[in-house]
Amino acid sequence: MDALMNFGQGIFGGAWPAVWTLIKIVLIVAPLMLGVAYLTYFERKVIGFMQVRIGPNRVGPWGLIQPIADGLKLLLKEIIVPSGSSKAVFVIAPMLAIAPALAAWAVIPFTDTLVLANIDASLLYILAITSMGVYGVILSGWASNSKYAFLGAMRSAAQMVSYEIAMGFALITVLMIAGTLNFVDIVDGQNKGMFADMGLGFLSWNWLPLLPMFLVYLISGTAELNRAPFDIAEGESEIVAGFHVEYSGMAFALFFLAEYANMILVAALTSLLFLGGWLSPVGFLPDGIWWMFAKMSFVLFLFLWFRATFPRYRYDLLMRLGWKVFLPLCFFWVIIVGAWMISPLNIWN
Amino acid sequence: MADIRNYTLNFGPQHPAAHGVLRLVLEMDGEVVQRADPHIGLLHRATEKLAETRTWVQSVPYMDRLDYVSTMCNEHAYCLGVEKLLQLEVPERGKYIRTMFDEVTRILNHLLWIGCHALDVGAMTMALYTFREREDLMDAYEAVCGARLHAAYYRPGGVYRDLPDRMPQYRESTWTSAKKAKELNDNRSGSLLDFLEDFTDRFPKYHAEYHTLLTDNRIWKQRLVHVGIVSPERAMQLGFTGAMLRGSGIAWDLRKKQPYAAYDKVDFDVPVGVNGDSYDRYLVRMEEMLQSNRIIKQCIAWLRANPGPVITDNHKVAPPNREAMKSNMEELIHHFKLFTEGIHVPPGEAYAAIEHPKGEFGIYFVSDGANKPYRMKIRAPGFAHLAAMDEMAKGHMLADVVTIIGSQDVVFGEIDR
Repeated sequence: MDALMNFGQGIFGGAWPAVWTLIKIVLIVAPLMLGVAYLTYFERKVIGFMQVRIGPNRVGPWGLIQPIADGLKLLLKEIIVPSGSSKAVFVIAPMLAIAPALAAWAVIPFTDTLVLANIDASLLYILAITSMGVYGVILSGWASNSKYAFLGAMRSAAQMVSYEIAMGFALITVLMIAGTLNFVDIVDGQNKGMFADMGLGFLSWNWLPLLPMFLVYLISGTAELNRAPFDIAEGESEIVAGFHVEYSGMAFALFFLAEYANMILVAALTSLLFLGGWLSPVGFLPDGIWWMFAKMSFVLFLFLWFRATFPRYRYDLLMRLGWKVFLPLCFFWVIIVGAWMISPLNIWN
Repeated sequence: MADIRNYTLNFGPQHPAAHGVLRLVLEMDGEVVQRADPHIGLLHRATEKLAETRTWVQSVPYMDRLDYVSTMCNEHAYCLGVEKLLQLEVPERGKYIRTMFDEVTRILNHLLWIGCHALDVGAMTMALYTFREREDLMDAYEAVCGARLHAAYYRPGGVYRDLPDRMPQYRESTWTSAKKAKELNDNRSGSLLDFLEDFTDRFPKYHAEYHTLLTDNRIWKQRLVHVGIVSPERAMQLGFTGAMLRGSGIAWDLRKKQPYAAYDKVDFDVPVGVNGDSYDRYLVRMEEMLQSNRIIKQCIAWLRANPGPVITDNHKVAPPNREAMKSNMEELIHHFKLFTEGIHVPPGEAYAAIEHPKGEFGIYFVSDGANKPYRMKIRAPGFAHLAAMDEMAKGHMLADVVTIIGSQDVVFGEIDR
């Protein structure tokens, strides 16, 4: 590693830190894009299996080349800009959707040392960046000059705002018990306590003491992602494809990439905040990045499972769930956790 | 202050939930529907007019193209109408076969309905589960008439031929290994009746799976309960029939009230709803599938025990058998006349209706004694149901319109005719 640093220093001189950061960005984004491609494959296979069919199996062995073929196809297709649309906004919107989905990865740690930017306000950064994603959706719906797209955008805006609050509160409880906004510290904080000492680490992770908040976070996360059963912004059978109904080719693909990159992001956040990140569930196995990936895969599998199982919510029912169920529950649980922390039963000191 | 106006949303005919070619012009206030205006006619093929230029038997396959998910029931109404004009009695075995296949058709229709309805509401797995079962019933169609969808199996006077003794088999191919083919052929080794019996034994298990997926699912209930309520009085005024009427709490079923075929000899119950909302209609149709299953079982038992002719021996209506035709002058003449001129139906008019999976499907004939109908009128149940769209959808949200279309179970083949 030192040799590499000296080598880089020698070639690039003072520009080396910037170049090194760029290299790291590529090292995160490239596998992420590959992950997105194969998440679509995973989704089609898993849902296919749940629906008594086989999924893609024509392109390459077991259909493994299918995502690449899909990507190529979308790249080669024409991007049709509707004549009545607001052209500049129409083109910018997909970029606005994909940029935050990628930028958020800057602060995600994969192990306690493997992280691009180990900043103290990483959780805050995530909240700020992911909130930006809704602009892509709203602007695309507005710029398309289509009633279906507009309805999708309006729904999406209302949904994101409502669920961001519930999600924020769920995260506040994590903050309270961790006492830090730094992901590495949050994960390390989950590695202590009675069960961790007994070698049963998975029981000391945040999901158990914060079980209601874990569920709220998982459900709000699904809603934030516009994934089934909360996919009202797309609403296949109602508003056709919602906000991206007028998009084609790579512009459409960017929305698609953003959605799936966000899925992986929420899966990563869930594993970091509630499932102990890279920590091993039991004492006799070593910690490591593979645990992180295993937990992310599990959460991703949950998203797919939801999609294959549930009917879609209606717009007003979704609002009701967010405001009338999750929000009061969060308020209540924040108070409970606060009281728990100052009581003698506190398990987080 | 800005002038706030409602806007119109063009829903279909190219829409995932349009069930074919439904075009709704919706007047919307935000997400709330103020007025729903169904436009029809995009699948109009002038079936009624076509029938005027074809012989009585030639129009039977046109009936398949009406409600193309319950083909045999359409044929049944047509054949009943012709038989009424001819005052012709169908052999008992023919009646039982018709009853059995009407119920197979009802299950086929309801399976497609629940699959599409759930898909519209967002539960996409249902559609694939129901198509797994539909595949088996389609095989039964195929075994009996050679076609999986457009059967053309019923004839005025009975059915085209007796039930086959063997089922079509799967063969080894690129996609089906020898082992897989053997597995698939396992319950196809016996006769059609064996195969159907095996299906009726398996079906309640599948049916329970659908209930598990949907009936008590909170989201499913939230989407269906109190959506598209129709009071019993209104349901009758609007001309509702079938599950739409029974969902509103009126126990009207032509199979009980005006029994045709062998329905007076089989035992079944008529499920009835309470609130008249989409959820009740859902439950009614779900239960109807189980009742159909019961009827099929009884028909299988009867058909096993009672061999006999399946079509009338009146050779003015039904062709004589091949052997007799080749050796007998009388039969040869009958055959020739039947396949050149067709049936001559005495002058008069008749209306015959059956309890179609979607409601009362009726055919009205005027005959002037020629070998073609003078006029044929089709009473399609879906037409009356769709006409109530405005009333049912008013004040609901856009997503509910989709639920209501699903719970009306519209198919454009019959509405546009």
